Amino acid sequence: MTQLKTAGRRRGLLGNMTDTNLLTTITIAVFIVMYVCAVAFLQEGFLKPQTLFNLLNANAALIILSCGMTLVMITGGIDISVGGVTALVCMSCAVYLDEAGGNVFVAILLALGIGLAFGIVQGFLVAYLDIQPFIVTLAGMFFARGMTTIVHTNPFNVVNSEFVSLKETRLIIPFLGSVNKKGNYIDAYIEIGVVVALLVVAALFVILKWTKTGRNFYAVGGNRQSALMLGINVKRTTFLSYVICGLLAGVGGFVYFLHVGSGAPSHATGAEMNAIASSIIGGTMLTGGVGNIIGTLFGAMSLALIQTIVSSVGLDQAWWTGITIAAMLCIFLVVQSVIISRRKKKNTAEAEASASEAAVEAKAETVSDKAENSNENTDNE
Amino acid sequence: MSGKLDPKGGGSVFSRVLRNQIFIPFAALLLLALFNLIADPSFFAINLKMNSAGSYILSGNLISIIDNGSELAILAIGMTLVTASSKGQDISVGAAIAISGSVLLRVLCGNDTRPETIQAPIIVAFLVSAVAAMCFGAFNGVLVAYFRIQPMVATLILFTAGRSIAAWINNNELPIVPGEEFTYFGGYIPGCPLPTPFLIAILCFVLTWAMLKFTNIGLYSQSVGINEKTSRLNGLNPELIKLTTYIILGLCVAVTGLIKVSRLSTINYSVIAKDIEMDAILAVALGGNSLSGGKFNMAASILGAYVIQFLTTTLYKFDVQATALPAYKAVVVIVLVVMSAPVVREKISRLTKKIRSPKRTAENQA
Amino acid sequence: MQQGSLLELRGIYKSFPGVKALQNVDFTLREGEIHALMGENGAGKSTLIKVLTGVYVKDEGDIFIKGHDGAVQIRSPQEAQRVGISTVYQEITLCPNLSVAENIFIGRGKGAGVNWRTMNKKAGELLASLGIAVKPTQQLASCSIAVQQMIAIARAVDMECSVLILDEPTSSLDESEVAKLFALMRKLKARGVGIIFVTHFLDQVYEVCDRITVLRDGQLVGEYEIESLPRLQLVSKMLGKELDDMADIKNDMKTFDDDGGTPVYEAENLCSTEGIKPFNFHIRRGEVNGFTGLLGSGRSECVRAIYGADTVTSGTVRMDGKHVKITKPKDAMKNGIAYLPEDRKRDGIVGDLSVRENIILALQVKTGFFRPFSKAKQIAFAEEYIKLLDIKTASVNTPIKSLSGGNQQKVILARWLLTHPKYLILDEPTRGIDVGTKVDIQKLVLKLASEGMSITFISSETDEMLRTCSRLLVMRDRKLVGELVGDQLTQNTIMATIAGGDQNVG
Repeated sequence: MTQLKTAGRRRGLLGNMTDTNLLTTITIAVFIVMYVCAVAFLQEGFLKPQTLFNLLNANAALIILSCGMTLVMITGGIDISVGGVTALVCMSCAVYLDEAGGNVFVAILLALGIGLAFGIVQGFLVAYLDIQPFIVTLAGMFFARGMTTIVHTNPFNVVNSEFVSLKETRLIIPFLGSVNKKGNYIDAYIEIGVVVALLVVAALFVILKWTKTGRNFYAVGGNRQSALMLGINVKRTTFLSYVICGLLAGVGGFVYFLHVGSGAPSHATGAEMNAIASSIIGGTMLTGGVGNIIGTLFGAMSLALIQTIVSSVGLDQAWWTGITIAAMLCIFLVVQSVIISRRKKKNTAEAEASASEAAVEAKAETVSDKAENSNENTDNE
Repeated sequence: MSGKLDPKGGGSVFSRVLRNQIFIPFAALLLLALFNLIADPSFFAINLKMNSAGSYILSGNLISIIDNGSELAILAIGMTLVTASSKGQDISVGAAIAISGSVLLRVLCGNDTRPETIQAPIIVAFLVSAVAAMCFGAFNGVLVAYFRIQPMVATLILFTAGRSIAAWINNNELPIVPGEEFTYFGGYIPGCPLPTPFLIAILCFVLTWAMLKFTNIGLYSQSVGINEKTSRLNGLNPELIKLTTYIILGLCVAVTGLIKVSRLSTINYSVIAKDIEMDAILAVALGGNSLSGGKFNMAASILGAYVIQFLTTTLYKFDVQATALPAYKAVVVIVLVVMSAPVVREKISRLTKKIRSPKRTAENQA
Repeated sequence: MQQGSLLELRGIYKSFPGVKALQNVDFTLREGEIHALMGENGAGKSTLIKVLTGVYVKDEGDIFIKGHDGAVQIRSPQEAQRVGISTVYQEITLCPNLSVAENIFIGRGKGAGVNWRTMNKKAGELLASLGIAVKPTQQLASCSIAVQQMIAIARAVDMECSVLILDEPTSSLDESEVAKLFALMRKLKARGVGIIFVTHFLDQVYEVCDRITVLRDGQLVGEYEIESLPRLQLVSKMLGKELDDMADIKNDMKTFDDDGGTPVYEAENLCSTEGIKPFNFHIRRGEVNGFTGLLGSGRSECVRAIYGADTVTSGTVRMDGKHVKITKPKDAMKNGIAYLPEDRKRDGIVGDLSVRENIILALQVKTGFFRPFSKAKQIAFAEEYIKLLDIKTASVNTPIKSLSGGNQQKVILARWLLTHPKYLILDEPTRGIDVGTKVDIQKLVLKLASEGMSITFISSETDEMLRTCSRLLVMRDRKLVGELVGDQLTQNTIMATIAGGDQNVG
């Protein structure tokens, strides 16, 4: 038993963290460092709370989509249809509100329904028919994008008064406003979408942390076979993750719609990739089993922040955004890959040390036992 | 050969054809052809007409298919190899085409966006763009092979950055290549009635055939894709082989980039080769190749690419808008993958067995 | 159901494509007993257990469990848990990304919420009561394999099951942990729990078990009270050979004389990253030698180091007296070394490729990237070896994964023979294959040696080693501890050397 105790002791503070916590910590640290740097070296604008709120306002939909993506990625899958679904939701709601003159409440239901339908179909194909998630959701994306133009070809702004008033609703945050050049006090505000996004983050955080279903997502992503042996309904869990992701794509789609107030086939182009990037930067591993909603929130915010920084530095050409995001993604991926492989090596070394000790103490007579492969897992792990 | 353990070994000619991998895209092609034949036989008409340059060219839907499908077919070659060796797909090819096209333009036009004459021989420009595309392919390959990042994620980086890099190379300008010569690659060479892209594609197929015939890339990449550990123990270097396949894909990207840019004599960074990665992956899948790596059939992939173009042209014929195309493609993909899913196949075979077995017992009794 | 029995299996059949894994197997587990399930590899133990735990669905037969009327259907692990069967598998079936406490409690219990504090507290108590020194909040991946195994056992024990299946749980435990496990098993037994215990260690069987069921080739051999079945008989029942048969180990073909010439292969202070101590090794032309030792003693790691399969950290290697550098498998191949790995499925076959491609692979790699064999040549090579080794395959183009284990092994062997190696390393070539093929392979080894090939042969079956090898190197604790030749080659000396102690040779 002695070797077990020392094994525990040998690890430092970081070593004792779970993979999820470690990666989340890195993300939050990076975000804070970036923000502090922005405040220190760039315009004072970053000191205003409204700058932060604007980040949230502009990226509420991305946060919601990323949350769904994180969930699917924790379960070991991927859903690249979310951008397409967002566009479809925008267009469908826009057409419904303007051409059919519908009310906002039904439009919300429509958005949720579209998301849910995508989630259910994709989830079924992935979980129960065992088709690769990438292909299924790729087809989902194609379908959503195509349907968007079938619903309506040209972009247009929604003029439905009910909707416009909802779109322009601002929630004033007291005391955090700022004084402009003319000396007038301007209130800090957030849009409704931000509230929805934060609610989604909170809800998913609670689900992932404190419910059995939530923990099952991690178990399935960690090791499908083991999860099955541990008595978890792997198929249903996988299915559920896609359904929730689809639903959140519907929610995110509506929030996006609320922010832009129009329907267009080109809406949310590349949103799925931004969502994946947010999740990865937020510490979610594509291999599954590791990830955290808070990390994702900061991942999405980091992504937004770096874009703001890039443009405020004066590199406002569109290409810099793409390049910086890609560079960030690249760094995070490499860091993840390095951290995890180093940890694995360490664990293997320890496991082997204890295995060899076990082998010494095993009795010698047992050689006649025709002991074939009983030990292989310790040998080769 | 001694004994027969594998019950699937024998079988009639018909069942052997059915089992052949190329059957899938072939059947899809026949189905599409049949559909068109019934709907509108004039679909297959091929005319000889004179183009604006004064030379005779062939035209018609079939010609348009082999013309426009060629880029996809060339990409499918690289994509098939990458899929086989790294058990994943490169989603950055569209962005990489933008980069290589941009490099091509940069070399051809120099600093001037509207030059009077081309600033460098086309072959030099192409070689430079090929080197650039292969470098980006190598970048993906290194991430996949040495950092062991899943292909889709690793290539997500370039997917995100690629078009921006392409725009940056030309300072976001849209240079226009002067002269007739350059348009030959995406159009027609005077005196030749067949579209050049198809000729380039044929050249690529021949080169690919030669590559598969005279090197072991096929055996090695399949072996690495199926069992990396075994491959290593048999003296292969799995990382190097994966990297090689990504570099080959880079070369395919450069050729595609040349054709794409030549079609317009200029480039649109955000639109050029848009969604082509999806079509290329689809071509591989349609060819009956497993997207989780391993065994592949190159001819089936190439045929798959043309089937996709056939489908696209057919849909255009029926006045489907270009932007709505993906929806129809998606339905085709889903039907295909559902039909080929092992779970579904097993259920179907069990079902057919059930239907057949009463008959068989009756036969036995008789 | 009979009085006092907890679990009854009647007439269980299960087959996989090409394999009849279980044929008409009966099994009875009584209340409060520890029942050993014994058999060689491929005897069907694992399949039986997987049928019982719902991983596989049986083809035919009935399962009865006390407290359930009529036959029960077990279609998934959840259903098995529901009827009171819990299992600890040989390989760890826990989630490495979750905490220790979660791994104990996930997938069970009622309610939708997770109360971390109670869970950690309960897990802490459970772990403490079993003497497992690990924090409940620790991530499982940060625990050693042995601790992970104990955690799996803790989970199973905590499930209030009536049937507990332990599938080779002791293979990664040290002696004190095994003792702890046995104490626990006895405690559960007193509570009336029935325990099915699968192990390879005969000692452990005789230490804790009440009854033994023996399987062989997917069939039931019999069910015995522990007192009525002495060890030797148990072994003979497992192997399906009479005792006389087993004693009759003939060395008639072994005629190797150590002429003291230059060894074909010679290594000094060879050491790899896999935790083996530096060792010296040599082999001469036409010699057959072998590494022996307990599992995990490092015998496979030694040959992997020779072949360059693991990263070699130190040592000098000479082949035919000349210095060579072997750092990767390709170096070894170029120097005429061939290596048949122990885990056929993981390291040996390329499943989806054809028999032909699998046979030519190594020679092809050796020949070079730009010099592929023509199809006709490939077929000629493949057919030659299919005939030579009597490989049973429908055609040269059949995917290797559809062949039986023994034939797969022959294909791998063919792959290496095709490269005409000077030195052939066979790591467990006979594991998990039928008896006929085993004998074929042994004969082939001796024949190849008589033709001048040097062969290192590793097998878990000592009698096989005695039959083929003229020199045995004994490993203990990842260290080379002895070398046995000539008269020393008996079961007793080998065991004594492995055990260490006073009879230590070499």
